[in-house]
Amino acid sequence: MIKEKHLLGLEGYPAENIETIIETAFGFREVLERPIKKVPSLQGKTIVNLFYEDSTRTRISFELAQKRLSADTINFSASSSSVKKGESFKDTVQNLEAMKIDAIVMRHPYPGAALHLTKFVDAVVINAGDGTHEHPTQAILDMMSLKEHFGRIKGLKIGIIGDILHSRVALSNIHGLTSLGAEVTLCGPATLIPKDIENLGVNVSYNIDEVMDWADAINVLRIQMERMGVGLFPSTREYRNLFGITHERLEQHDKKLVIMHPGPMNRGVEIDSNVADSSQAIILDQVLNGVASRMAILYLLLGGKQEAV
Amino acid sequence: MKINKLSKNVFLKDGTIYDPVKQNSIKGNILIANGKINRIGAIKAPRGAEIIDCSGLIITHGFCDIHAHFREPGREDKETLQTGAKAALAGGFTRVCVMPNTNPPLDDPESIRFIVEKAEETPIYIHPIGAITKGQQGKEITEMGAMKSEGAVAFSDDGIPLQNAYVMRLALEYAGMINIPIINHAEDMSLRNNGVMNESEVSTRLGLSGNPDIAESAMIQRDLQIAQSTNSTLHIPHVSTQKSVEEIEKYKSIFPKVTAEVTPHHLFFNDEALITYDTNLKVAPPIRTENDRQALISALSDGTIDCIATDHAPHTIEEKEAPFDLAPFGMIGLESCFGAVNKILVQESGMKIEALIDLLTVKPRKIMGFKQDLFAEGTLAEITIIDPKASWTFSKDNIYSRSINSPFIGQELFGKIKYTIVKGFVAEI
Repeated sequence: MIKEKHLLGLEGYPAENIETIIETAFGFREVLERPIKKVPSLQGKTIVNLFYEDSTRTRISFELAQKRLSADTINFSASSSSVKKGESFKDTVQNLEAMKIDAIVMRHPYPGAALHLTKFVDAVVINAGDGTHEHPTQAILDMMSLKEHFGRIKGLKIGIIGDILHSRVALSNIHGLTSLGAEVTLCGPATLIPKDIENLGVNVSYNIDEVMDWADAINVLRIQMERMGVGLFPSTREYRNLFGITHERLEQHDKKLVIMHPGPMNRGVEIDSNVADSSQAIILDQVLNGVASRMAILYLLLGGKQEAV
Repeated sequence: MKINKLSKNVFLKDGTIYDPVKQNSIKGNILIANGKINRIGAIKAPRGAEIIDCSGLIITHGFCDIHAHFREPGREDKETLQTGAKAALAGGFTRVCVMPNTNPPLDDPESIRFIVEKAEETPIYIHPIGAITKGQQGKEITEMGAMKSEGAVAFSDDGIPLQNAYVMRLALEYAGMINIPIINHAEDMSLRNNGVMNESEVSTRLGLSGNPDIAESAMIQRDLQIAQSTNSTLHIPHVSTQKSVEEIEKYKSIFPKVTAEVTPHHLFFNDEALITYDTNLKVAPPIRTENDRQALISALSDGTIDCIATDHAPHTIEEKEAPFDLAPFGMIGLESCFGAVNKILVQESGMKIEALIDLLTVKPRKIMGFKQDLFAEGTLAEITIIDPKASWTFSKDNIYSRSINSPFIGQELFGKIKYTIVKGFVAEI
């Protein structure tokens, strides 16, 4: 049903594929609500989770999705492997492939790494985040969560708030949302909005209150503390004043604005604790939908049988 | 490629002979006797002469590249003077200036002499460019006087832009005194920041850090001001942006001691080509937008930019196989140069081929103060013979460099070098 072998990013990725994945994910979401949360769909398939960068939720989410589908899972982290002995990327992945694996889920600190990987292996490649480029499975789970809440994506008004420049989540969401017909406005400090991003079919605003008035939902990005101290924004206090989703700010908007966050959150910086924990937030739904979406992606790309759900 | 010693008499027969100094083309023959230009025109071949059939071909001056990296000493795994010379012959280049960012750098008279002596063993003329500052540290200027005496033809800290404006002023004043050009790799490193490609919509889409066009033009503007106020000769390498072209144009009308070059790759590619994260397209300054590319083409046509130089920069496969962020900057360019620039400038942009040949021969020689009148009787033959109409696909087989980091592999090129004659050798490509 999905012709594209890999899932490297959502730029240029067919909208039908995203829709198929989300539909299938709702089926798996039901499986996750059952007492026995496991199906045999990918029995006998071997998947390597290749993590060159630390991750908690993405990695656990993928691993859980694989286990729920009865696939065999190998976890690899660069910090405890031959990579530490200086083994090159090419050698590492070609050795993995020589052991006969079906798919590689990779997180890597450098943009383009997922595409790079496809040059060295025949296995299906799923990008779990390549530097500041894309994080397509996160965007798909975000869109699934929007679909769950609103019943549609087309025509929705979505604000993406924060450090757009360094965010693979933002870029994948922009491509996915615009391709499914949502309207997107980016909002963050001018120093964290990348050049010519408007050309991707989005609006840019520096006024968080206007964006909150306009939007049906906002996706609040994590402010990466490691970016502090290089002058990209002056202080967390200043950030919170200008762009923080504070309790007070939320109160001023009487409609029911939906709040999303890809995690991990800096409570009290980009989002107030009581906003994150409020009934308007669907942050934990996103987490559950993450497992369901990744089950759908693995299932569809690894050629599981449709009726197995 | 076959490289042979020239026979006693070599007769280049029935070619179109273009003389970039006299600016004229004639149909005719050239006799090379004992390695020197003997006669040109409607002459007959002496008995026993080796005849090279040049019908349909253009015979002109040997090309001169004023910007290449031959990596010797220090990175002989990437290139040596010998392998670089072969790459030059394959590209029609008889004379090449090599940059001093070797290991150790060419920053004293002894290292200049090393290159000059080693270059004698190669089949082309190689001229070292000396470092502007000791160790290319950007702090203290080198012994330029003695280095010039040993054979340095210009000074540059290429690859490492001279950030300190005061040192740049001292360098220009000093080099001006001994009448030799300063070449500054123009990028403001604070504006370039950690940019690995041009800052544009494309870098945004790829998630790669952008290097803005103003990183170059702001530095060029600074250098132009200092050169003018010190009345010294400044050559600007690998111009890549429209804004830089505008700055150069502004100064050239009021201060003539400024020259500039552009590379084949900045003329051939735009940043959309990086969409595959091809590390062979990772160069400094970066491949820019289509607007910039068009501005560079116009600047060559109207004389704002003076010549073409390859910035031939060999790197190993292992280094270039790294993720884009980690791969080194640079591509090789000697072998693919003519086919690439002839396609862009002559075939696609309507430049006369004679004007293009000027950009590869007389104009770069003038910048470096080399002898220009190569068709004068008695001159040691430095000749390139071109098939101007050949359509061909550049491949690894066309590479003679020790490295193969070329994004031109697989590209359709137009115009091909057939023979390169220099230093008593004839290379048949």
